[in-house]
Amino acid sequence: MTESSNMTERGEPSVEILGVTKRFDEVVAVDNVDLAIEDGEFFAMLGPSGCGKTTTLRMIAGLEFPTEGRLKIFGDEVGNLPPNQRPVNTVFQSYALFPHMNVQDNVSFGLRMNGVDKKEAARSADELIELVQLGGLGNRKPSQLSGGQQQRVALARALVNKPKVLLLDEPLGALDLKLRQEMQTELKTLQQEFGVSFVFVTHDQEEALTMSDRIAVMNEGRLLQVGSAEELYERPANRFVADFIGETNLLDATVADGDMIILANGTRLKAPNPHATGTKVAMSLRPESIEIGRPESIPSDYQATSLRGVIATSSYLGHSILYGVKVDSTNLNVRSGAVAAHQRFVPGDEVAVWWDRTSDWVVPDDEPVAVTSEAS
Amino acid sequence: MTAPKLAPDAAVRKAESRRGVFTAMPAAIYLLIFFCTPLLIIVAYSFGTRTATGSTRLSGWNFDSYERIIDDLVLGIVWRSFWLAGLTTILCLVVGYPFAYYLATRPARIRNILLVLVMIPFWTNGLIRIFAIRFLLGSDGPVSQASSSLGFGEFRILFTPTAVIIGMLYSYLTFMVLPLYVAIERLDWRLVEAARDLYANGGKAFRKVTWPLTRSGVIAGSILVFIPSFGSYVVPEILGGAKTLLLGSYIARQFGQARNWPFGAALSVVLIVAMLIAVVVNQRSAASELTGSSS
Ligand SMILES: Nc1ncnc2c1ncn2[C@@H]1O[C@H](COP(=O)(O)OP(=O)(O)OP(=O)(O)O)[C@@H](O)[C@H]1O
Ligand SMILES: [Mg+2]
Repeated sequence: MTESSNMTERGEPSVEILGVTKRFDEVVAVDNVDLAIEDGEFFAMLGPSGCGKTTTLRMIAGLEFPTEGRLKIFGDEVGNLPPNQRPVNTVFQSYALFPHMNVQDNVSFGLRMNGVDKKEAARSADELIELVQLGGLGNRKPSQLSGGQQQRVALARALVNKPKVLLLDEPLGALDLKLRQEMQTELKTLQQEFGVSFVFVTHDQEEALTMSDRIAVMNEGRLLQVGSAEELYERPANRFVADFIGETNLLDATVADGDMIILANGTRLKAPNPHATGTKVAMSLRPESIEIGRPESIPSDYQATSLRGVIATSSYLGHSILYGVKVDSTNLNVRSGAVAAHQRFVPGDEVAVWWDRTSDWVVPDDEPVAVTSEAS
Repeated sequence: MTAPKLAPDAAVRKAESRRGVFTAMPAAIYLLIFFCTPLLIIVAYSFGTRTATGSTRLSGWNFDSYERIIDDLVLGIVWRSFWLAGLTTILCLVVGYPFAYYLATRPARIRNILLVLVMIPFWTNGLIRIFAIRFLLGSDGPVSQASSSLGFGEFRILFTPTAVIIGMLYSYLTFMVLPLYVAIERLDWRLVEAARDLYANGGKAFRKVTWPLTRSGVIAGSILVFIPSFGSYVVPEILGGAKTLLLGSYIARQFGQARNWPFGAALSVVLIVAMLIAVVVNQRSAASELTGSSS
């Protein structure tokens, strides 16, 4: 688990998760997670289905209690407090709007429960309804609203309480692409306006990468890495993160002396890395950072970071060409700029691939998590 | 004979609706003969006249029997039946709601076992069960014996309204529990969680979310309990004794000993109409609840 290094401390974290484990009978939904979310941060939790994102969020909300470990919100221990005694609010995946109440009553619900008088609560609710661009719809029932409108009501209903932390569980999952992109911008704006931390669960990595200050990647209940989009993409902490974030080629290798690694087929490559000699590692190479050319055209400085292979597939994608290059038994995806048809390689061509020494990234292979890679 | 040409899907739909008619046919015929006809006969009789010999003359329809209902004795019986039925309904709700809630929140496997247990009493004859209660509550029954051996004296409860209520609670509780169970089981618990998340404590979340969203079950259960309680005959006859004369027994008496069929019929018609009005009003208010037709 790597804590992001260039994250400057901004005072007390809004949420602190300390060694939290959650078990449902024999299922370990969340496995010994340590995590601190800064105040005012847009924080995303990313991971495949069933990795424990929702469970983590529900524990922060108080809808689930940790089996082990401690939970703090702005320094206060909240581990066993019921949800109504925590300064957080949730935007539920299904919105969970009260079907028997109109929009205004939905939005003012939290204030009313907090003892705000009816008039005052209605006024604040109307303000928020206006803010999420639903002015005039206060008398509608949720069933009379579109999905996007319901989403906005859910947001207003949570934000009206001025929570210290807003939890969002795949809030955009049910929206179509266009509305989704619109809401992404809107969410980001609201977050900056309210200045509170948003903890945002998603399994759409593009959404996570574009919206968040920091992202936590989870798999099988464990927290694998926390960092900015750039850190996760360029310096993944392990094989799973490298594979999960974006597209990549992973080459199994063993660390050798002198900044070298040895591939399964015996090829020695230059790849400086901090791992001890003999460690099993994987080298991550993004398809777009690999150059491709004729075998004899490898530039001289790149000899130690090159491989030879045979074109297996070639797909024209308009702005680029995606080659599948067979290097012994492994397949490398290589993305190259579009060139005229007669200059393209065709299946069967012998080629060489090479890359800049700064564009590879060696990750430890000690977490053999099965993931199917995206490209074939 | 050539049938008019229909668009394929219209033809299919027509065939389906025809099949629908056929499948409903046995029940429709049965109900027509054994439900509608007697009902019509009752209505007709209610406008008839009792002759000196106790038979009914149907010629010369009149409202005499209906006028006879406006009478202190009769209204007293109606009132007593009404509040006994109301009390039974409320008690069924008070006992049944927590129980249905418990049932509906168990894991599926346990839930099914418990549901079967709830139904077990129905496997025996209702009359026998009421007689069992009579034995239980009798002055030489086990409850009374236990009470007197503990020094609390004899237990006199049989042939009182209390005994009738105990009997009716026992007889009709299931009618309350099952619709409540269905409503609670269908409840979207995420809404309750949302309420808790929005600062409602357990009690408030129940009042603001669980209760209003399970109201359909409360209404259905209440109707199912109130209606048979209001006109109930067997339980008051066996447990109530002569002092607790209720509407069901009173109507039965008109058709029996009193041999005043028009009056019995008129009472029955009023009872049926009152129930129908209550049911319709309830359904209306329940239906407008979720559609947002209210202000
Ligand atoms: N109430 C529960 N009882 C038993 N197991 C549960 C319960 N809630 C979650 N789990 C299990 O815990 C694991 C993590 O679930 P969780 O809902 O946190 O995943 P998630 O990351 O939110 O997935 P998704 O992206 O599909 O929403 C899963 O294996 C799930 O089956
Ligand atoms: Mg989830």
